[in-house]
Amino acid sequence: MFSYCTDPSTLEGLTWLSCYLTTGKHFSMYFSVIVVLVLLAITAPTALLFGFSAATAARSRILPLRWFAWGYTNIVRGVPDIAFFLFFVIALDQGFEWLRHKVKCPDWTEPVRNGVEFVVCDVAKLPLSSAPQWVHETYGFFLAVLTFAIVFGAFAANVLFGAMRAVPRGQMETAEAYGMTRRQAFWRILVPQMWVYALPGLSNLWMVLIKSTPLLFLLGVEDIVYWARDLGGTKSARFTDYPHGDWRMWYFLALLVFYLALTKISEITLDRLMKRLTKGQATAGGEAQRKAAT
Amino acid sequence: MSCLETIQAYAFRSLGYGERLLPRGEYTLCEQFTLIGSGMIWNAYFGIFALISGFVLAVALAVGKASPNRWLRKPAEWFIFIFRGSPLFIQFFFGYFLFLSLKGVSSFFDPFTSAWLGALVVLFCNTAAYSGEIFYGALLSIPKGDIEAADAYGMTGWTRFKRVTFPTMMRLAWPAYTNEGIFLFHATTLVFFSGFPAKRQQGDALYYANYFADKTFNPFVPYPILAMYFILLTLMIIFVFGLFNKRLNRHLPQAARPKLKFRLNLIR
Amino acid sequence: MKKLILGTAALALSAGMALSGSHSVVRLGTEGAYEPWNFVNDAGEIDGFERELGDELCKRAELTCEWVKNDWDSIIPNLVSGNYDAIIAGMSITDEREEVIDFTQGYTPPDPSAYVALDTDVDLEGGVIAAQATTIQAGFVAEQGWDLLEFATPEEAVAAVRNGEADAVLADQSFLDTVMEGGDLVMLERKEALGGGVGMGFRESDDELRGKFDAAIDSMKADGSLNELIAKWQVSSQF
Repeated sequence: MFSYCTDPSTLEGLTWLSCYLTTGKHFSMYFSVIVVLVLLAITAPTALLFGFSAATAARSRILPLRWFAWGYTNIVRGVPDIAFFLFFVIALDQGFEWLRHKVKCPDWTEPVRNGVEFVVCDVAKLPLSSAPQWVHETYGFFLAVLTFAIVFGAFAANVLFGAMRAVPRGQMETAEAYGMTRRQAFWRILVPQMWVYALPGLSNLWMVLIKSTPLLFLLGVEDIVYWARDLGGTKSARFTDYPHGDWRMWYFLALLVFYLALTKISEITLDRLMKRLTKGQATAGGEAQRKAAT
Repeated sequence: MSCLETIQAYAFRSLGYGERLLPRGEYTLCEQFTLIGSGMIWNAYFGIFALISGFVLAVALAVGKASPNRWLRKPAEWFIFIFRGSPLFIQFFFGYFLFLSLKGVSSFFDPFTSAWLGALVVLFCNTAAYSGEIFYGALLSIPKGDIEAADAYGMTGWTRFKRVTFPTMMRLAWPAYTNEGIFLFHATTLVFFSGFPAKRQQGDALYYANYFADKTFNPFVPYPILAMYFILLTLMIIFVFGLFNKRLNRHLPQAARPKLKFRLNLIR
Repeated sequence: MKKLILGTAALALSAGMALSGSHSVVRLGTEGAYEPWNFVNDAGEIDGFERELGDELCKRAELTCEWVKNDWDSIIPNLVSGNYDAIIAGMSITDEREEVIDFTQGYTPPDPSAYVALDTDVDLEGGVIAAQATTIQAGFVAEQGWDLLEFATPEEAVAAVRNGEADAVLADQSFLDTVMEGGDLVMLERKEALGGGVGMGFRESDDELRGKFDAAIDSMKADGSLNELIAKWQVSSQF
């Protein structure tokens, strides 16, 4: 990157390091930090949405919907996320392509599944094979988000379901006494109050989510851990201007600091959020805040 | 080979008994079920021993973190922060690295570079940190009245801890601790995947599932089998923890006994 | 969820339409972590023997090619499910793989696997042999009934020999050549002939595309440019 980097073998110490840390490959790693953060930022609300829908479905009066929600939350939570990631993305991708295939190529006669092979007509490919690389990468990214959201949505559903039940019964009874419909009571009374009960569980889930990002490379997204492994490995002078031994320890140490920092920041933010949510709530925490204020 | 013979040959393959060579060529469903099930022995081994040993340290960490003495509090806080704040696979990496260098110091550390002990130590520290935080949260939410009542009976120190503080803490923490148990068993799949080397093709369930996926190039059979085994295991964990929960709450009036709810709990 | 699916579909669709007039693209899948065959260079691009070879083959076959990186473990499942059209990733031609995908002719001759140890008089039968998990080498060691120690990456397998966890490591000779530079390791005389050369992998239904690449490999063999490339990157013996 710098002008003095043309022949790194002559450099030493910090100048060498400044060149080494600014190679294109290192920038790929820095970029992956952003990718991971963006992924977390998109996954969290998506998973919350999945969880909320499933929790609502679990309270529904329609039996099949309840069954579906129950099956979803319990099966997905029973499976280690790593096992899920190892086959789920391909399944998801094939599912989408199969649906598109049914719509776009109704008169296709050959079998879609031939042994292990999965062949759909060209226009049903997702993304189209002529699409530029960034489209493929974006598509892969969204598949990863979707997979993460499905897994963590199941956990979130459980937390939210518990939180809905934790809202004092009296609140709902009062709502009924005011003549609110079931729907009104749900949206106006239950949902605003449940968050304070849900937040500790959700923040815990957020911490688990942060720490599962190393599994992203299984989903085909190049994350920080992928690059740390690659960059840290022994590099021979034949293939790079910056040969070095096994430096994985240093890279993983940097990762450790990154994850600890992310955890710390999250803890502080979530603590603040909790304080704010507790305000005016009919809980022990809310009561303590009220007393402190007066 | 009939399915029964397959089971005889491979049921304890993960421990090194039975057929020496892994199946080749055909890869029947029966073989996949048997071998992946055989691998579950390791998952159960890591999970059970880490959970039991981690429990003791977790209680100590919780008491330490709640202690007014900073020499006890700070180490406990840091231990919990480091192990809760970093991904497990990084802990495995550094654990393996550490044991390798310790091996040069003393031959006492020789077995630590094998998964059966080394990975167990890492999982032990990991679950102790997570459970310690859960117990700490429970410790803080013990009703004031309980402690006051103990004081009124003249209980102090160890007696009060054993009779009042500890049982109440357990009762409050149990639902969250159940979740930690489930997570821990799930985490055992990482041992051979990104942590420790597998010896003589003796690995855990994911190792064998991976083997079949690699040989058949079809991930849609072995991984769902693995998932099925884990759902069964999870149900078993929930059942066993439920028994403990019943016992912890046996003094409460029937109606007030909280049923164990399986959610990521409010405390953790 | 529905929204999300429609969203991604629309995204792919619009991008596809914008390019529908252009030449159809062949997507080449590789691992990007297997020196000297394929790796990511300092600039962050895919480089190595197969990068140069693939680009040349595409030129000769008059195809537009694009490189895709994929994790080794799922490289075949992703090919058969259509996420790219060919594998060019130092993949040895084996019977097991032949059952699922089709290979071109080998673009390198079959090369032996080699052992590396701390000294030459190591006892393979009685010792611990390290290998990368789920490779033909790991399968071979297991079949011999030797003590196999499997690591996730070849690098860790070599490190295991250095720190005494294993007595020897069995891997591709071209890879082991790159780790010998430290001078502390020695290569054993004994070699094992495993696998049948390295070829490009295609879906079994993609015979036409495979034919084009086969022809291109033929032409590179004929004019000697393939041998030049092999020599340049020191990946194997020459034809």
